[in-house]
Amino acid sequence: MNRMSFFVPLAIFMVIIGVGLVGFQLGDRAVLPSPLVGKPFPSFSAPRLDQDDVLVDQSVLLGRPLLVNVWATWCPTCKAEHEFLETLKEREGLEIVGIVYKDDPAAAQRWLDLYGDPYSFNLQDRDGRLGVELGVYGAPESFLLDAAGNIVYKRVGDVNERVWAEEMAPRLEKMRLAQMEATGS
Amino acid sequence: MSVELGHFSIILAFVLAIAMAVLGIGSRTRLLAGSAYVLPLLVVGQFVFTGLAFGLLVLAFAEDNFSVRYVAQHSNSLLPTAYKLGATWGGHEGSFLLWVLIMAGWMLAVSWRSAHLPTLFRHTVIGVMALMNVGFLAFLIFTSNPFQRNVPFVPADGADLNPLLQDFGLIVHPPMLYIGYVGFSVAFAFAIAALISGRLDTAWARWSRPWTNMAWAFLTVGIALGSWWAYYELGWGGWWFWDPVENASFMPWLAGTALVHSLAATEKRGVFKSWTLLLAIVAFSLSLLGAFIVRSGVLTSVHAFAVDPERGVFILAFLVLVVGGSFTLYGVRAWQLKSRTTFTWFSRDSFILQNNIIFVVSLAVVLLGTLLPLGYEGVTGDKLSVGKPYFNLFFVPLMLMLSALLVMAPVVNWKRTEADRLRERLRWPCITAGVVGVAAAITLLDRFDVPRIAAVLAVLLATGVVTSHLLDLGQKLRQGHRPSLGYLGMFTAHIGFAMSVVGVALAVELSSEKDLAMRPGAEVEQYGRTIRFVGVEEVQGPNYVAQAGHFIVHENGRDIVLRPEKRRYMAGGNLMTEAAIDAGFFRDIYISLGEPIEEGGWAVRVHIKPFVRWIWLGAVIMALGGGLAILDRRYRRIRTRAAIPAGMAGAL
Repeated sequence: MNRMSFFVPLAIFMVIIGVGLVGFQLGDRAVLPSPLVGKPFPSFSAPRLDQDDVLVDQSVLLGRPLLVNVWATWCPTCKAEHEFLETLKEREGLEIVGIVYKDDPAAAQRWLDLYGDPYSFNLQDRDGRLGVELGVYGAPESFLLDAAGNIVYKRVGDVNERVWAEEMAPRLEKMRLAQMEATGS
Repeated sequence: MSVELGHFSIILAFVLAIAMAVLGIGSRTRLLAGSAYVLPLLVVGQFVFTGLAFGLLVLAFAEDNFSVRYVAQHSNSLLPTAYKLGATWGGHEGSFLLWVLIMAGWMLAVSWRSAHLPTLFRHTVIGVMALMNVGFLAFLIFTSNPFQRNVPFVPADGADLNPLLQDFGLIVHPPMLYIGYVGFSVAFAFAIAALISGRLDTAWARWSRPWTNMAWAFLTVGIALGSWWAYYELGWGGWWFWDPVENASFMPWLAGTALVHSLAATEKRGVFKSWTLLLAIVAFSLSLLGAFIVRSGVLTSVHAFAVDPERGVFILAFLVLVVGGSFTLYGVRAWQLKSRTTFTWFSRDSFILQNNIIFVVSLAVVLLGTLLPLGYEGVTGDKLSVGKPYFNLFFVPLMLMLSALLVMAPVVNWKRTEADRLRERLRWPCITAGVVGVAAAITLLDRFDVPRIAAVLAVLLATGVVTSHLLDLGQKLRQGHRPSLGYLGMFTAHIGFAMSVVGVALAVELSSEKDLAMRPGAEVEQYGRTIRFVGVEEVQGPNYVAQAGHFIVHENGRDIVLRPEKRRYMAGGNLMTEAAIDAGFFRDIYISLGEPIEEGGWAVRVHIKPFVRWIWLGAVIMALGGGLAILDRRYRRIRTRAAIPAGMAGAL
C-alpha cells in the first residue's frame, strides 16, 4: 500500500468536520428550492388509507388550494407537527390531504384515532414510490397546491406557526384572491 | 464545607492528570525518564480524589443539600432514597463526574494489571489515558461543575428528578454504558502507545484484547438496559427507536464488535495490523462523538439534559483534537506495519474480514442516519426524521448476511479450510436450519411480504448458528479437548447473538398491538387471551399520585392481574405512563393506560409481544461471552510469569 493511503482516515475526518463547519455557517441560503415548485403535482395512483380498494389519482387534488402533508407514525417530528395541522384546519379552514409515507396503514389509522384527524383523507404510499416522485427526503414534508394542482411551495420539515406566517399564509392569501377574482368576474 | 472539599478534589485530580500525561508520554525523554516511577502512585491519587468528589456529591444528595445547584435541580426531599443516590448521575454534571470517576477506575485497573508490559510502553499507555482525562476533567471543572452553589438564595426544596429517570433501569444504565464507552479508551491508549513507541508488532493486540472484551461486554449490557428501559418506561411498547441518543451508543458498539474480532485475527495470525489499530482509534472516537451528541444539547429528547452551546463547543474541540491527532499519528506511522501472511477465501481470516466489512458498513449507515438529520437541522433549523424505514432497509440484510457467515464461523480454520471438511460439518446445521425454517415459514408466511420472509430467514439462520456451534463444541469434547475459556466465550457470545436475532425477528413480526377505548367492565380478545378492564382507582405513591388501572388477563386457564398507572408527580407536575407488563420467556403482555375519554372510558394500549425478552437476554448472554473470554488462562499466565521478575526487582 502507498504510504499516503494511511492518511485517508484523517482526510475523511477532515472532510466531515469541514462540511459540518461550512454547512452550519451557510444557514438558510444553502437550501435549494425544490425543482417541483411551480410545476403540477406529479401524476399518481394510490389507495386511500380508509378504503384499501379505492385508488385515487391527482385529479382529487384539483379545484381548491390545499396542503399535501407527507407523514408517518415512525416520525417523531410528525407527532410534534400534528397538533399544528389541526390548528390550521380549524383556524384557517385549509384543507389538508395526507400521504402516509412508508408506513403500515393499520398503524397510521390507529394514530389518527388516537391523536385526532386533521386530514380530509389520506393516501397510502407504502413503498415510498410517490415519495420518490415528490423528492421526499424524510418526513414530514408538505406541499402547498393551488386550485390548478400546481405546487406553489414545498416545505421540508415540520410546518409550524413561523413557517405558516412567513411562507405559507401570504401564498395562500394570494391564491384565494386570485380564485375570487376568477369566479367573481 | 464538604461541597467545597468535593470541588477541591476534582481540581486536585485535574492537576494529577496533567502531571501523569506529561510524565507518562514524556517518559521517553531523558529529562523525565527517571521520575516516571511515581506514575502508579499518581494513578491511585487521581482515583482517590475523583472517588472522594463523587462520594461527596452523593452525600449532598443524601442530605438534601439544596444549596448545591445541581442537587436542587435534580432532587427533592420527597424522592425515595435509592433514587436520590441514582439522581447523582441523573443530570449532566453528575453523570460527567461519574464518567471521570470511571476513567480514573480504568486507569487504576490498567496500572495494576500491566506489570508484564515493557516499562516504557506501560508509562505511555498511562500517559495517553491521563491526557484524555485531562480533557474530561477540564470539561467538568470549567463547563459542568456539579459543586456550584446556589447561595445566598437557597431553595426550600428541589425541582425533583425527571420522573422518567426514577427507575431502577435508569439508575444502572448510565454506569454500565459509561464503563463501556470509557473502557474503549484502554484499547485506544494501547494503539496510540504502539504508534508512538513504534512497537508495531502484534504484542499490543494481545495486551489490549482482554480490556477491549471487558469494555465491549459492559457496553453491550448498557445498551440492552437502555432498550429494556425504553420498552417498559416510555409506554410505547417499542424497544429500539433509532433515536440519535441510542445510535450514539450503538456506533461505538458496532466499531467495538468489529475491533474484538479483528484483534483476534491480529493476535493469532498477524493479519490486519493497521486495520485493527484504526478500529481501536475509531471505537474510542465514536465514544467521544456519542458524548458530544448526548452532552452538547444538540438534541432535544429525554436524554438531552442541558442546552448550553459552551459545552458543545468544548467537546467538539476536544473531539477534533483527539481524533485529528490520532489519525495524523496513524498516517505518519501505520505504513510501517506489514502483514506478510496470506489466506484463502474460505478461512477464518477471511470471515473475520467479512465480519468487519459488515460491521463497518453498518456503522456508516448509522453514522449517516444520525449525522445527516442533525446537519440538516443545523443548516435550516428544522427537524427531519430519516427514521425506521431507512435503518431497516440496510440493517435487515446486513444482519442476515452476518448470521449466514456466523453459521460457518466455527467450521472454518485459520488460513484455509478444506472443502470436504466444510461440506461435512455444515450438513447438520443445514438440515436443522431447513426443518426449523420450514416450520417458521408455515407459521409466519400467512402474510407473504419482505419483512415476513426476512423473519423466516432470521429464524432459519439463527438455528444454523446454534447447531453449528453446538456440533463444534460437541466434537471438541468428544476428542477429549478441554475447550478454553476464550473458546467458550466466543461460543456463548455467538449463541447470544443468534438469540437476539430471533427475538428481534419474532417480536417485530408476531407482536399484536391494539389501541382501544375501553370502559370499566369491557373485555377484549387478543391472541386467544381475554383481557378484562375492571376499573381505575387512585393510588398514593411516595412522591406522586396515580390513577391505577386494573386489568385481568385470562390466559390458558389462569388469571393474570396487571395494574398500569398514570402518575402525576407532585414536584414538577409531570404526567407519566407506567406500563404494566407480564413478562414471560415466550411472550410479554404489555398494557399501558392512555388518556381518560368520555363516559368513564380510557384509552388503553394492549400489546402481546412474543419473544421480546430474547432480544435483551441474547444481549446479556453476548456480554457473558465477553466476560468468559477475559478469564481465559492465557491472560492469567502472562500475569503470573511477569509477577516474578517484578517481585525480584522489588527485592533488590
